[in-house]
Amino acid sequence: MTLLSVRDLSVSFTTYGRTTQVLHDVSLDVPACSQIALVGESGSGKSVTMKAIMGLLSTPPARINSGQIFYDGEDLLTMPPARRMALRGTAMSMVFQDPMSSLNPVFTIGDQLGTILKYADRRLGRQRGRAGRRARVAEVLAQVRMREPERVAGSYPMQLSGGMRQRVLIAMALLSEPTLLIADEPGTALDVTTQAQILKLLKDLVEAKDLALLMITHNLGVVRETSSYVYVMHKGRVVEEAPTERLFAAPAEQYTRDLIAAVPRLTGPALTAATGEAARQGGGAP
Amino acid sequence: MTRPLLEAVNLAKHYPVKSPLGFKTGAVRAVDGVSFSIPEGGIYGLAGESGSGKSTIARMIMGLTTPTSGALLLGGRDIAGQAGRRAYRSKVQMVFQNPGSSLNPRRSIGQSIAVPLSGLSRRARAARIDELLGMVQLPASYARRYPHELSGGQRQRVAIARALACAPRLLVLDEPTSALDVSVQAKIIDLLTELGRELNLTFLFISHDLSLMRNFAEEVGVLYLGKLVETGPTAEVFARPRHAYTRLLLASVPVISDEEAALRPQVPLIDGEMPTAEQLIAMEQR
Repeated sequence: MTLLSVRDLSVSFTTYGRTTQVLHDVSLDVPACSQIALVGESGSGKSVTMKAIMGLLSTPPARINSGQIFYDGEDLLTMPPARRMALRGTAMSMVFQDPMSSLNPVFTIGDQLGTILKYADRRLGRQRGRAGRRARVAEVLAQVRMREPERVAGSYPMQLSGGMRQRVLIAMALLSEPTLLIADEPGTALDVTTQAQILKLLKDLVEAKDLALLMITHNLGVVRETSSYVYVMHKGRVVEEAPTERLFAAPAEQYTRDLIAAVPRLTGPALTAATGEAARQGGGAP
Repeated sequence: MTRPLLEAVNLAKHYPVKSPLGFKTGAVRAVDGVSFSIPEGGIYGLAGESGSGKSTIARMIMGLTTPTSGALLLGGRDIAGQAGRRAYRSKVQMVFQNPGSSLNPRRSIGQSIAVPLSGLSRRARAARIDELLGMVQLPASYARRYPHELSGGQRQRVAIARALACAPRLLVLDEPTSALDVSVQAKIIDLLTELGRELNLTFLFISHDLSLMRNFAEEVGVLYLGKLVETGPTAEVFARPRHAYTRLLLASVPVISDEEAALRPQVPLIDGEMPTAEQLIAMEQR
């Protein structure tokens, strides 16, 4: 069953009297419990697509010219604002890219997560007391593998490392038990060893909790590690979509081929798919 | 083997840690006993994550900070005392990570490139600017443009042209492509390779991107917490990593093919805070 379905979405921006169309008939599907990637270079429209789905586009300057975004069969663009507010941050939630600018430096992690939970509860008409919220915050912090959830809840963002902050953002997204998680370049700001941890954590969580994951990234390596189906965006259009394995094995579009060819390989220079055998035998070592 | 152009001998940089009362209580060993040498015309890569000391090494080579102990030799001569001088500056130049902030927005491209050319007559300067823009494959007309009119890749080409203006022998590249899209990155790397060959330049390439390192550097040194944990020919180090940290680093790289995945050592990813190099080795032996 399709959980999220974007149909022929067109978005334009008007600045200083000039209108530029940035999305041209973008369509994509995220089935329940699936891991989907949306990949593109800067300016491809992947972030605008994400913002349109989450309802984060400021209008104006942006304008949704046409298209629908269905979540669980309901069109997000035509539903009453209160209904959309209730879905956002609860049923569908987001993991943001930059942990430093997504956390408030003057409140503790526990305060921030507690507040988000309080308002989410209010929107959904749930009753939960202060103690209940604190317990839930500790629970999600434990889910993102924090060894001492209570201590982390009592600390300020600056007391945590980059990787721990990113895990706090994942915990934040999990607070209200979403069915769809949209991750915008998680771990990009982090070191490669920490990024690997974060991606693994995200994948484990998504699989354990039967969540759907929409991964927005510019990194083809991240696509291969975290998704089973991929949409490639270029200049505001979806230029190719395919199961992840097939996209890398046999990219159909010239743009995708060029993009894949531009990625530096761990196997070294001048080793393409054709000479993969050589790579397996020793990584191009003399 | 040709003679080394740059040598680091037991290089160290310690920063004092002061208590709130101003007493010296300890030291951060940002760089701790690092030795390597780069042959004339060679490409040496320093790989490491944040806090590994790679940028501190670059700053010491550029004469922006002085080593606590140890020495840096350029062409066999200690750079201490000469690092700030014009003669030294004309031999060693640097390309920074973000061309958006390393170019003066109020200077035209031509003016930016002309800064190191103040000794030339007006006509000779204009001819040299033309020549330099040609070297980085930009049209001569770009001399009259301003940085905001250029794309990220074009700006980085300008930064390279400026670094080449005084015909240096050593170019220090500090993450020169990490702010760029992957397709643009590939072109910049091709350009640098070509320029290096044509002008017989020596490169010190600093990056956290191991796939890129594999494709560009001839020799590589892996830095971890200020110490060089492993060094050798790039193909050799990547095919048979000897240090636990190198293995962890390689295991963390997101890759796009099975050939590359097969090259990654099977080691458990670290969960939480990064251990010291000794702890890493102990963990692997367990």
